[in-house]
Amino acid sequence: MKSKRRFKSASGQMRQIELLAEKDSWLNRIHPLCKFLVTMLYIVLVVSVHRYDLNGLLGMCVYPIVLFMLGEISVTEGLYRLRIVLPLVCFIGIFNPFFDREVIFYIEGFSFTGRIAVTSGVISMFTLMLKGILTVLAAYLLVATTTIDKICSALRMLHVPKILVTVVLLIYRYASLLSSEVRKMSQAYSLRAPGHKGVNPKVWGSFAGLLLIRSIDRAQIVYESMLLRGFQGEFNDMKNQKINKKDYLFFGGWCAILVAIRILM
Amino acid sequence: MCEIQNLRTEFKANPGQNENDRFFEIDVKGLSFSYRNDGGHSGRTLYGIDFHAHKGECVGIIGANGVGKSTFLKILVGLLDGFDGKINIGGLELNKKNLSDIRRMTGYVFQDSENQLFMSTVYEDVAFAPQNYGYSPQQTEERVNMALSQMGIEDLRDRHTFMLSGGQKKLAAIASIISMTPEIILMDEPTIALDPRNRKNLIRVINSFSQLRIIASHDLDMIQDTCTRVVLMNNGRFVREGSADEILNNRQLLEENGLELPLGSRLRQSRNEGNNGE
Repeated sequence: MKSKRRFKSASGQMRQIELLAEKDSWLNRIHPLCKFLVTMLYIVLVVSVHRYDLNGLLGMCVYPIVLFMLGEISVTEGLYRLRIVLPLVCFIGIFNPFFDREVIFYIEGFSFTGRIAVTSGVISMFTLMLKGILTVLAAYLLVATTTIDKICSALRMLHVPKILVTVVLLIYRYASLLSSEVRKMSQAYSLRAPGHKGVNPKVWGSFAGLLLIRSIDRAQIVYESMLLRGFQGEFNDMKNQKINKKDYLFFGGWCAILVAIRILM
Repeated sequence: MCEIQNLRTEFKANPGQNENDRFFEIDVKGLSFSYRNDGGHSGRTLYGIDFHAHKGECVGIIGANGVGKSTFLKILVGLLDGFDGKINIGGLELNKKNLSDIRRMTGYVFQDSENQLFMSTVYEDVAFAPQNYGYSPQQTEERVNMALSQMGIEDLRDRHTFMLSGGQKKLAAIASIISMTPEIILMDEPTIALDPRNRKNLIRVINSFSQLRIIASHDLDMIQDTCTRVVLMNNGRFVREGSADEILNNRQLLEENGLELPLGSRLRQSRNEGNNGE
Protein backbone atom coordinates (compact mmCIF):
# COMPACT_ATOMS: atom_id res chain seq x y z
CA MET A 1 0.00 0.00 0.00
CA LYS A 2 2.85 2.26 0.91
CA SER A 3 4.59 1.73 -2.43
CA LYS A 4 1.29 2.22 -4.25
CA ARG A 5 0.75 5.52 -2.47
CA ARG A 6 4.31 6.54 -3.22
CA PHE A 7 3.93 5.95 -6.95
CA LYS A 8 0.52 7.55 -6.98
CA SER A 9 1.93 10.58 -5.26
CA ALA A 10 4.91 10.66 -7.66
CA SER A 11 2.67 10.87 -10.70
CA GLY A 12 0.36 13.25 -8.83
CA GLN A 13 3.29 15.54 -8.06
CA MET A 14 4.37 15.54 -11.69
CA ARG A 15 0.88 16.58 -12.63
CA GLN A 16 0.85 19.27 -9.95
CA ILE A 17 4.04 20.75 -11.34
CA GLU A 18 2.55 20.55 -14.85
CA LEU A 19 -0.52 22.42 -13.62
CA LEU A 20 1.70 25.09 -12.08
CA ALA A 21 3.62 25.43 -15.33
CA GLU A 22 0.35 25.83 -17.24
CA LYS A 23 -0.72 28.79 -15.08
CA ASP A 24 -1.09 32.19 -16.66
CA SER A 25 1.08 34.25 -14.33
CA TRP A 26 3.48 37.01 -15.38
CA LEU A 27 6.44 34.75 -14.85
CA ASN A 28 4.87 31.89 -16.80
CA ARG A 29 4.46 34.21 -19.77
CA ILE A 30 8.16 35.10 -19.91
CA HIS A 31 9.89 33.52 -22.88
CA PRO A 32 11.23 30.06 -21.93
CA LEU A 33 14.65 30.79 -23.42
CA CYS A 34 15.11 33.82 -21.13
CA LYS A 35 14.04 31.87 -18.06
CA PHE A 36 16.26 28.97 -19.02
CA LEU A 37 19.32 31.15 -19.56
CA VAL A 38 18.80 33.12 -16.34
CA THR A 39 18.42 29.85 -14.44
CA MET A 40 21.63 28.49 -15.94
CA LEU A 41 23.49 31.71 -15.13
CA TYR A 42 22.15 31.62 -11.58
CA ILE A 43 23.25 28.01 -11.07
CA VAL A 44 26.72 28.78 -12.43
CA LEU A 45 27.07 31.84 -10.19
CA VAL A 46 25.85 29.99 -7.10
CA VAL A 47 28.19 27.08 -7.75
CA SER A 48 31.09 29.48 -8.32
CA VAL A 49 30.78 31.05 -4.86
CA HIS A 50 33.78 30.22 -2.67
CA ARG A 51 33.16 27.49 -0.10
CA TYR A 52 33.79 29.84 2.85
CA ASP A 53 31.83 32.77 1.38
CA LEU A 54 28.50 32.31 3.14
CA ASN A 55 27.69 36.03 2.77
CA GLY A 56 27.96 35.90 -1.01
CA LEU A 57 25.62 32.96 -1.07
CA LEU A 58 23.05 34.64 1.17
CA GLY A 59 22.86 37.46 -1.38
CA MET A 60 21.95 34.90 -4.02
CA CYS A 61 18.78 34.05 -2.09
CA VAL A 62 17.20 37.15 -3.63
CA TYR A 63 16.50 35.32 -6.91
CA PRO A 64 14.32 32.47 -5.62
CA ILE A 65 12.52 34.77 -3.19
CA VAL A 66 11.55 37.22 -5.94
CA LEU A 67 10.61 34.42 -8.34
CA PHE A 68 8.39 32.74 -5.78
CA MET A 69 6.50 36.03 -5.51
CA LEU A 70 6.38 36.75 -9.24
CA GLY A 71 5.32 33.22 -10.11
CA GLU A 72 2.71 33.09 -7.33
CA ILE A 73 4.18 29.78 -6.21
CA SER A 74 3.84 28.47 -2.70
CA VAL A 75 7.19 28.68 -0.85
CA THR A 76 6.25 25.86 1.51
CA GLU A 77 5.41 23.63 -1.46
CA GLY A 78 8.76 24.48 -3.04
CA LEU A 79 10.63 23.69 0.18
CA TYR A 80 8.57 20.50 0.56
CA ARG A 81 9.81 19.35 -2.85
CA LEU A 82 13.38 19.76 -1.58
CA ARG A 83 12.93 16.91 0.89
CA ILE A 84 14.02 14.35 -1.71
CA VAL A 85 17.39 15.96 -2.45
CA LEU A 86 18.00 17.46 0.96
CA PRO A 87 19.38 14.25 2.55
CA LEU A 88 21.86 13.93 -0.32
CA VAL A 89 22.97 17.55 0.05
CA CYS A 90 23.34 17.11 3.81
CA PHE A 91 25.24 13.85 3.36
CA ILE A 92 27.78 15.51 1.10
CA GLY A 93 28.40 18.41 3.48
CA ILE A 94 28.21 16.64 6.80
CA PHE A 95 31.79 15.36 6.77
CA ASN A 96 33.36 18.78 6.18
CA PRO A 97 33.57 19.73 9.92
CA PHE A 98 35.57 16.57 10.60
CA PHE A 99 38.19 17.17 7.94
CA ASP A 100 38.40 20.96 7.88
CA ARG A 101 39.09 21.99 11.50
CA GLU A 102 40.69 25.39 11.18
CA VAL A 103 38.96 27.79 13.61
CA ILE A 104 37.67 30.92 11.95
CA PHE A 105 35.94 32.65 14.86
CA TYR A 106 34.36 32.03 18.23
CA ILE A 107 30.82 32.59 19.36
CA GLU A 108 30.92 33.95 22.90
CA GLY A 109 28.41 34.00 25.73
CA PHE A 110 27.49 30.36 26.27
CA SER A 111 27.08 29.63 29.97
CA PHE A 112 28.41 26.06 29.98
CA THR A 113 31.05 26.00 27.31
CA GLY A 114 32.03 29.63 27.47
CA ARG A 115 32.48 29.97 23.74
CA ILE A 116 32.00 27.84 20.67
CA ALA A 117 34.62 27.59 17.95
CA VAL A 118 33.30 27.87 14.42
CA THR A 119 35.60 26.02 12.09
CA SER A 120 35.97 26.51 8.36
CA GLY A 121 34.50 23.01 7.98
CA VAL A 122 31.21 24.16 9.53
CA ILE A 123 31.09 27.19 7.24
CA SER A 124 31.80 25.10 4.15
CA MET A 125 29.15 22.59 5.24
CA PHE A 126 26.51 25.32 5.39
CA THR A 127 27.75 26.79 2.11
CA LEU A 128 27.50 23.44 0.39
CA MET A 129 24.01 22.83 1.75
CA LEU A 130 22.86 26.28 0.73
CA LYS A 131 24.34 25.84 -2.74
CA GLY A 132 22.44 22.59 -3.15
CA ILE A 133 19.19 24.09 -1.91
CA LEU A 134 19.47 27.21 -4.08
CA THR A 135 20.33 25.34 -7.29
CA VAL A 136 17.52 22.82 -6.79
CA LEU A 137 15.10 25.64 -6.00
CA ALA A 138 16.14 27.48 -9.17
CA ALA A 139 15.52 24.34 -11.23
CA TYR A 140 12.18 23.83 -9.49
CA LEU A 141 11.17 27.41 -10.23
CA LEU A 142 12.03 26.88 -13.88
CA VAL A 143 9.92 23.72 -14.26
CA ALA A 144 7.11 25.16 -12.15
CA THR A 145 6.78 28.16 -14.46
CA THR A 146 7.63 26.58 -17.82
CA THR A 147 6.17 23.47 -19.42
CA ILE A 148 8.52 20.72 -20.51
CA ASP A 149 7.66 21.41 -24.17
CA LYS A 150 8.71 25.04 -23.77
CA ILE A 151 11.92 24.13 -21.98
CA CYS A 152 12.73 21.75 -24.82
CA SER A 153 11.90 24.38 -27.43
CA ALA A 154 14.34 26.70 -25.59
CA LEU A 155 16.97 23.96 -25.78
CA ARG A 156 16.36 23.67 -29.52
CA MET A 157 16.76 27.45 -29.86
CA LEU A 158 20.16 26.99 -28.25
CA HIS A 159 20.93 24.41 -30.94
CA VAL A 160 21.02 21.49 -28.56
CA PRO A 161 20.88 18.45 -30.89
CA LYS A 162 17.36 17.37 -31.85
CA ILE A 163 17.99 13.81 -30.74
CA LEU A 164 18.89 14.87 -27.19
CA VAL A 165 15.87 17.14 -26.85
CA THR A 166 13.55 14.43 -28.17
CA VAL A 167 15.02 11.93 -25.72
CA VAL A 168 14.35 14.36 -22.84
CA LEU A 169 10.77 14.84 -23.98
CA LEU A 170 10.08 11.16 -24.49
CA ILE A 171 11.57 10.24 -21.12
CA TYR A 172 9.25 12.78 -19.56
CA ARG A 173 6.25 11.37 -21.42
CA TYR A 174 7.16 7.78 -20.66
CA ALA A 175 7.86 8.49 -16.98
CA SER A 176 4.18 9.22 -16.50
CA LEU A 177 3.27 6.03 -18.39
CA LEU A 178 5.60 4.04 -16.18
CA SER A 179 4.14 5.50 -13.00
CA SER A 180 0.59 4.87 -14.20
CA GLU A 181 1.49 1.23 -14.96
CA VAL A 182 3.03 0.85 -11.50
CA ARG A 183 -0.11 2.29 -9.98
CA LYS A 184 -2.39 -0.10 -11.87
CA MET A 185 -0.25 -3.13 -11.09
CA SER A 186 0.14 -2.34 -7.41
CA GLN A 187 -3.61 -1.69 -7.16
CA ALA A 188 -4.28 -5.09 -8.73
CA TYR A 189 -1.75 -6.64 -6.32
CA SER A 190 -3.07 -5.02 -3.17
CA LEU A 191 -6.67 -5.99 -4.02
CA ARG A 192 -5.62 -9.63 -4.07
CA ALA A 193 -3.17 -9.40 -1.19
CA PRO A 194 -5.00 -7.53 1.56
CA GLY A 195 -2.91 -6.70 4.59
CA HIS A 196 0.41 -6.99 2.77
CA LYS A 197 2.79 -4.11 3.32
CA GLY A 198 4.14 -3.27 -0.10
CA VAL A 199 4.86 -5.89 -2.72
CA ASN A 200 6.14 -9.21 -1.40
CA PRO A 201 9.84 -9.69 -2.32
CA LYS A 202 8.92 -13.10 -3.80
CA VAL A 203 7.06 -11.41 -6.64
CA TRP A 204 9.47 -8.52 -7.21
CA GLY A 205 11.03 -10.29 -10.19
CA SER A 206 7.81 -10.99 -12.05
CA PHE A 207 6.41 -7.62 -10.99
CA ALA A 208 9.40 -5.72 -12.37
CA GLY A 209 9.55 -7.84 -15.54
CA LEU A 210 5.88 -7.41 -16.29
CA LEU A 211 6.08 -3.72 -15.50
CA LEU A 212 8.89 -3.32 -18.00
CA ILE A 213 7.05 -5.24 -20.72
CA ARG A 214 3.80 -3.37 -20.14
CA SER A 215 5.56 0.00 -20.10
CA ILE A 216 7.43 -0.79 -23.31
CA ASP A 217 4.17 -1.92 -24.88
CA ARG A 218 2.38 1.27 -23.92
CA ALA A 219 5.31 3.41 -24.93
CA GLN A 220 5.26 1.68 -28.31
CA ILE A 221 1.56 2.50 -28.78
CA VAL A 222 2.15 6.13 -27.83
CA TYR A 223 5.03 6.30 -30.26
CA GLU A 224 2.90 4.76 -33.01
CA SER A 225 0.20 7.29 -32.27
CA MET A 226 2.78 10.06 -32.65
CA LEU A 227 4.08 8.63 -35.90
CA LEU A 228 0.58 8.45 -37.33
CA ARG A 229 0.19 12.15 -36.68
CA GLY A 230 3.28 13.18 -38.55
CA PHE A 231 5.86 13.05 -35.75
CA GLN A 232 9.33 13.16 -37.27
CA GLY A 233 11.50 13.33 -34.22
CA GLU A 234 10.83 16.89 -33.16
CA PHE A 235 8.19 18.47 -31.00
CA ASN A 236 7.03 21.77 -32.38
CA ASP A 237 6.64 24.78 -30.21
CA MET A 238 2.99 25.26 -29.48
CA LYS A 239 2.59 28.96 -29.71
CA ASN A 240 5.69 30.11 -31.55
CA GLN A 241 6.26 32.64 -28.79
CA LYS A 242 8.47 35.55 -29.75
CA ILE A 243 10.94 37.30 -27.48
CA ASN A 244 9.62 40.78 -26.66
CA LYS A 245 10.70 43.77 -24.55
CA LYS A 246 9.43 42.25 -21.32
CA ASP A 247 11.53 39.13 -21.91
CA TYR A 248 14.66 41.16 -22.69
CA LEU A 249 14.04 43.18 -19.54
CA PHE A 250 13.68 40.02 -17.45
CA PHE A 251 16.83 38.51 -18.91
CA GLY A 252 18.95 41.67 -18.82
CA GLY A 253 17.70 42.73 -15.40
CA TRP A 254 18.41 39.43 -13.71
CA CYS A 255 21.79 39.03 -15.39
CA ALA A 256 22.82 42.46 -14.10
CA ILE A 257 21.46 41.88 -10.59
CA LEU A 258 22.96 38.42 -10.20
CA VAL A 259 26.39 39.40 -11.53
CA ALA A 260 26.36 42.51 -9.31
CA ILE A 261 25.49 40.44 -6.22
CA ARG A 262 28.21 37.97 -7.09
CA ILE A 263 30.84 40.67 -7.51
CA LEU A 264 29.83 43.00 -4.70
CA MET A 265 28.98 40.58 -1.92
CA MET B 1 0.82 5.49 -62.92
CA CYS B 2 1.88 8.87 -64.26
CA GLU B 3 -1.39 10.38 -62.98
CA ILE B 4 -0.78 8.97 -59.54
CA GLN B 5 2.72 10.36 -59.56
CA ASN B 6 1.32 13.81 -60.42
CA LEU B 7 -1.20 13.60 -57.62
CA ARG B 8 1.55 12.66 -55.20
CA THR B 9 3.72 15.58 -56.27
CA GLU B 10 0.76 17.95 -55.95
CA PHE B 11 -0.07 16.52 -52.55
CA LYS B 12 3.45 17.04 -51.28
CA ALA B 13 3.62 20.55 -52.70
CA ASN B 14 0.38 21.68 -51.05
CA PRO B 15 0.33 20.54 -47.47
CA GLY B 16 -2.77 22.53 -46.59
CA GLN B 17 -4.82 21.62 -49.59
CA ASN B 18 -7.94 19.52 -49.18
CA GLU B 19 -7.67 16.82 -51.82
CA ASN B 20 -11.37 16.22 -52.37
CA ASP B 21 -10.95 15.20 -55.95
CA ARG B 22 -8.58 12.37 -55.16
CA PHE B 23 -9.72 8.81 -55.20
CA PHE B 24 -9.79 7.90 -51.56
CA GLU B 25 -10.15 4.23 -51.92
CA ILE B 26 -8.61 1.30 -50.20
CA ASP B 27 -7.75 -1.68 -52.32
CA VAL B 28 -6.24 -4.77 -50.75
CA LYS B 29 -5.27 -7.82 -52.76
CA GLY B 30 -4.03 -11.13 -51.40
CA LEU B 31 -2.95 -9.75 -48.02
CA SER B 32 -1.27 -12.26 -45.73
CA PHE B 33 0.52 -11.47 -42.52
CA SER B 34 2.15 -13.28 -39.62
CA TYR B 35 3.50 -12.03 -36.34
CA ARG B 36 6.95 -13.52 -36.20
CA ASN B 37 8.91 -14.39 -33.12
CA ASP B 38 12.44 -15.65 -33.18
CA GLY B 39 11.08 -19.13 -32.72
CA GLY B 40 8.77 -18.90 -35.73
CA HIS B 41 5.11 -17.99 -36.23
CA SER B 42 2.92 -16.99 -33.37
CA GLY B 43 -0.46 -15.47 -32.62
CA ARG B 44 -2.86 -13.95 -35.07
CA THR B 45 -2.28 -14.23 -38.77
CA LEU B 46 -4.09 -12.89 -41.81
CA TYR B 47 -4.56 -15.12 -44.82
CA GLY B 48 -5.17 -13.99 -48.41
CA ILE B 49 -7.42 -11.03 -47.74
CA ASP B 50 -9.06 -9.17 -50.63
CA PHE B 51 -10.84 -5.99 -49.70
CA HIS B 52 -12.08 -2.85 -51.37
CA ALA B 53 -13.64 0.27 -49.88
CA HIS B 54 -14.48 3.53 -51.61
CA LYS B 55 -14.89 7.20 -50.73
CA GLY B 56 -17.62 8.08 -48.23
CA GLU B 57 -18.37 4.48 -47.35
CA CYS B 58 -18.58 3.16 -43.79
CA VAL B 59 -17.41 -0.42 -43.55
CA GLY B 60 -17.59 -2.52 -40.41
CA ILE B 61 -15.07 -5.25 -39.78
CA ILE B 62 -16.55 -7.63 -37.28
CA GLY B 63 -15.32 -10.74 -35.60
CA ALA B 64 -14.61 -12.24 -32.21
CA ASN B 65 -11.56 -11.29 -30.15
CA GLY B 66 -8.22 -12.22 -31.71
CA VAL B 67 -9.39 -12.84 -35.26
CA GLY B 68 -7.11 -10.16 -36.73
CA LYS B 69 -9.31 -7.05 -36.98
CA SER B 70 -6.82 -4.72 -35.28
CA THR B 71 -3.94 -6.32 -37.16
CA PHE B 72 -5.68 -5.59 -40.44
CA LEU B 73 -6.18 -1.92 -39.52
CA LYS B 74 -2.60 -1.57 -38.28
CA ILE B 75 -1.30 -2.92 -41.56
CA LEU B 76 -3.37 -0.35 -43.47
CA VAL B 77 -1.53 2.52 -41.72
CA GLY B 78 1.85 0.86 -41.96
CA LEU B 79 2.26 0.10 -38.26
CA LEU B 80 2.96 -3.51 -39.14
CA ASP B 81 5.12 -4.35 -42.08
CA GLY B 82 6.38 -7.55 -43.62
CA PHE B 83 3.04 -8.49 -45.20
CA ASP B 84 2.48 -10.29 -48.48
CA GLY B 85 0.09 -8.93 -51.07
CA LYS B 86 -0.69 -5.48 -52.38
CA ILE B 87 -2.34 -2.56 -50.63
CA ASN B 88 -3.32 0.64 -52.38
CA ILE B 89 -4.59 3.59 -50.37
CA GLY B 90 -5.73 6.77 -52.09
CA GLY B 91 -3.97 5.69 -55.26
CA LEU B 92 -0.65 5.08 -53.50
CA GLU B 93 0.83 1.69 -52.95
CA LEU B 94 1.55 1.02 -49.29
CA ASN B 95 5.31 0.90 -49.03
CA LYS B 96 8.04 2.77 -47.15
CA LYS B 97 8.28 5.45 -49.81
CA ASN B 98 4.60 6.37 -49.66
CA LEU B 99 4.08 5.76 -45.97
CA SER B 100 4.14 9.39 -44.84
CA ASP B 101 1.68 10.42 -47.58
CA ILE B 102 -0.63 7.56 -46.71
CA ARG B 103 -0.48 8.36 -43.00
CA ARG B 104 -1.25 11.94 -43.79
CA MET B 105 -4.56 11.07 -45.42
CA THR B 106 -5.42 8.39 -42.88
CA GLY B 107 -6.58 8.95 -39.33
CA TYR B 108 -6.31 6.02 -36.95
CA VAL B 109 -8.23 5.95 -33.68
CA PHE B 110 -6.64 3.53 -31.25
CA GLN B 111 -8.61 1.14 -29.10
CA ASP B 112 -7.35 2.75 -25.90
CA SER B 113 -7.66 6.53 -26.20
CA GLU B 114 -5.49 6.98 -23.12
CA ASN B 115 -2.50 5.88 -25.19
CA GLN B 116 -3.43 8.21 -28.00
CA LEU B 117 -3.51 11.35 -25.88
CA PHE B 118 0.06 12.05 -24.88
CA MET B 119 0.25 15.83 -24.68
CA SER B 120 -0.63 17.82 -21.58
CA THR B 121 -3.81 19.51 -22.72
CA VAL B 122 -6.55 18.68 -25.22
CA TYR B 123 -5.54 21.71 -27.29
CA GLU B 124 -1.93 20.59 -27.51
CA ASP B 125 -2.93 17.07 -28.46
CA VAL B 126 -5.34 18.16 -31.16
CA ALA B 127 -2.77 20.64 -32.48
CA PHE B 128 -0.01 18.02 -32.58
CA ALA B 129 -0.72 16.73 -36.11
CA PRO B 130 -1.26 20.12 -37.84
CA GLN B 131 1.96 21.42 -36.29
CA ASN B 132 3.91 18.40 -37.46
CA TYR B 133 2.49 18.83 -40.94
CA GLY B 134 3.83 22.35 -41.08
CA TYR B 135 0.65 24.41 -40.79
CA SER B 136 1.04 27.97 -39.61
CA PRO B 137 -0.08 28.84 -36.05
CA GLN B 138 -3.22 30.45 -37.47
CA GLN B 139 -4.08 27.44 -39.63
CA THR B 140 -3.38 25.15 -36.69
CA GLU B 141 -5.71 27.20 -34.51
CA GLU B 142 -8.45 26.99 -37.16
CA ARG B 143 -8.02 23.24 -37.48
CA VAL B 144 -8.10 22.72 -33.73
CA ASN B 145 -11.25 24.82 -33.43
CA MET B 146 -12.86 22.93 -36.30
CA ALA B 147 -12.02 19.53 -34.83
CA LEU B 148 -13.15 20.47 -31.32
CA SER B 149 -16.43 21.94 -32.53
CA GLN B 150 -17.09 18.92 -34.77
CA MET B 151 -16.69 16.70 -31.72
CA GLY B 152 -18.66 19.12 -29.53
CA ILE B 153 -15.85 19.41 -26.98
CA GLU B 154 -14.86 23.07 -27.31
CA ASP B 155 -15.20 23.39 -23.53
CA LEU B 156 -12.46 20.79 -23.03
CA ARG B 157 -9.91 22.78 -25.03
CA ASP B 158 -7.65 23.71 -22.12
CA ARG B 159 -8.38 20.70 -19.96
CA HIS B 160 -5.59 18.33 -19.04
CA THR B 161 -5.90 15.04 -20.88
CA PHE B 162 -5.47 13.05 -17.68
CA MET B 163 -8.49 14.78 -16.18
CA LEU B 164 -10.93 13.65 -18.88
CA SER B 165 -13.53 10.93 -18.50
CA GLY B 166 -13.44 7.86 -20.76
CA GLY B 167 -16.03 9.30 -23.16
CA GLN B 168 -14.29 12.67 -23.29
CA LYS B 169 -10.97 10.96 -23.96
CA LYS B 170 -12.46 9.08 -26.89
CA LEU B 171 -13.89 12.29 -28.39
CA ALA B 172 -10.58 14.11 -27.83
CA ALA B 173 -8.72 11.22 -29.50
CA ILE B 174 -11.00 11.46 -32.53
CA ALA B 175 -10.60 15.26 -32.59
CA SER B 176 -6.83 14.76 -32.62
CA ILE B 177 -7.11 12.91 -35.91
CA ILE B 178 -9.90 15.08 -37.36
CA SER B 179 -7.57 18.08 -37.13
CA MET B 180 -5.50 16.36 -39.81
CA THR B 181 -8.58 16.44 -42.07
CA PRO B 182 -8.02 12.81 -43.07
CA GLU B 183 -9.94 11.34 -45.98
CA ILE B 184 -9.91 7.88 -44.45
CA ILE B 185 -10.73 7.17 -40.81
CA LEU B 186 -9.86 3.84 -39.25
CA MET B 187 -11.30 3.05 -35.84
CA ASP B 188 -10.35 0.17 -33.63
CA GLU B 189 -13.11 -0.76 -31.17
CA PRO B 190 -14.31 2.83 -30.79
CA THR B 191 -17.13 2.10 -28.33
CA ILE B 192 -15.13 -0.04 -25.95
CA ALA B 193 -15.58 1.02 -22.29
CA LEU B 194 -18.09 3.74 -23.15
CA ASP B 195 -21.32 4.22 -21.23
CA PRO B 196 -24.62 4.25 -23.20
CA ARG B 197 -24.79 8.03 -23.48
CA ASN B 198 -21.20 8.40 -24.69
CA ARG B 199 -21.66 5.46 -27.01
CA LYS B 200 -24.74 7.09 -28.53
CA ASN B 201 -22.88 10.35 -28.88
CA LEU B 202 -19.98 8.58 -30.59
CA ILE B 203 -22.34 6.88 -33.04
CA ARG B 204 -23.79 10.30 -33.89
CA VAL B 205 -20.27 11.64 -34.45
CA ILE B 206 -19.25 8.69 -36.66
CA ASN B 207 -22.40 9.12 -38.75
CA SER B 208 -21.65 12.81 -39.21
CA PHE B 209 -18.39 12.06 -41.02
CA SER B 210 -18.31 12.06 -44.78
CA GLN B 211 -14.94 10.34 -45.04
CA LEU B 212 -14.32 6.71 -45.82
CA ARG B 213 -14.62 4.98 -42.47
CA ILE B 214 -13.51 1.51 -41.51
CA ILE B 215 -14.56 0.39 -38.07
CA ALA B 216 -13.23 -2.77 -36.46
CA SER B 217 -15.44 -3.89 -33.62
CA HIS B 218 -17.42 -6.68 -32.04
CA ASP B 219 -20.04 -4.17 -30.88
CA LEU B 220 -22.52 -5.24 -33.53
CA ASP B 221 -25.21 -2.79 -32.42
CA MET B 222 -22.84 0.09 -33.09
CA ILE B 223 -21.85 -1.44 -36.43
CA GLN B 224 -25.53 -1.74 -37.34
CA ASP B 225 -26.06 1.93 -36.46
CA THR B 226 -23.10 3.21 -38.44
CA CYS B 227 -22.04 0.90 -41.28
CA THR B 228 -23.63 0.15 -44.61
CA ARG B 229 -21.33 -2.74 -45.42
CA VAL B 230 -19.91 -5.38 -43.13
CA VAL B 231 -17.03 -7.81 -43.42
CA LEU B 232 -17.02 -10.80 -41.10
CA MET B 233 -13.64 -12.14 -40.01
CA ASN B 234 -12.64 -15.38 -38.43
CA ASN B 235 -9.21 -16.94 -37.94
CA GLY B 236 -7.50 -14.27 -39.99
CA ARG B 237 -9.77 -14.66 -43.00
CA PHE B 238 -12.63 -12.65 -44.42
CA VAL B 239 -15.46 -15.17 -44.07
CA ARG B 240 -18.31 -13.17 -45.54
CA GLU B 241 -18.86 -9.71 -46.94
CA GLY B 242 -22.20 -8.07 -47.56
CA SER B 243 -24.63 -5.36 -46.58
CA ALA B 244 -25.00 -4.65 -42.88
CA ASP B 245 -28.60 -5.90 -42.93
CA GLU B 246 -27.66 -9.14 -44.61
CA ILE B 247 -24.79 -10.05 -42.28
CA LEU B 248 -26.10 -8.69 -39.01
CA ASN B 249 -29.44 -10.48 -39.31
CA ASN B 250 -27.88 -13.87 -40.03
CA ARG B 251 -27.96 -15.54 -36.63
CA GLN B 252 -26.41 -18.81 -37.80
CA LEU B 253 -23.51 -17.11 -39.56
CA LEU B 254 -22.74 -14.89 -36.59
CA GLU B 255 -22.93 -17.70 -34.06
CA GLU B 256 -20.69 -19.92 -36.17
CA ASN B 257 -18.11 -17.18 -36.01
CA GLY B 258 -18.26 -16.51 -32.29
CA LEU B 259 -20.70 -13.58 -32.37
CA GLU B 260 -24.30 -12.96 -31.47
CA LEU B 261 -27.09 -11.13 -33.20
CA PRO B 262 -27.11 -7.44 -32.34
CA LEU B 263 -29.84 -6.43 -29.93
CA GLY B 264 -31.87 -4.64 -32.62
CA SER B 265 -31.90 -7.70 -34.87
CA ARG B 266 -32.70 -9.95 -31.93
CA LEU B 267 -35.70 -7.83 -30.98
CA ARG B 268 -36.87 -7.72 -34.57
CA GLN B 269 -36.55 -11.47 -34.97
CA SER B 270 -38.31 -12.27 -31.71
CA ARG B 271 -41.10 -9.87 -32.69
CA ASN B 272 -41.45 -11.64 -36.04
CA GLU B 273 -41.45 -15.02 -34.33
CA GLY B 274 -44.16 -13.74 -31.99
CA ASN B 275 -46.25 -12.51 -34.92
CA ASN B 276 -45.85 -15.84 -36.74
CA GLY B 277 -46.88 -17.70 -33.58
CA GLU B 278 -50.08 -15.69 -33.36
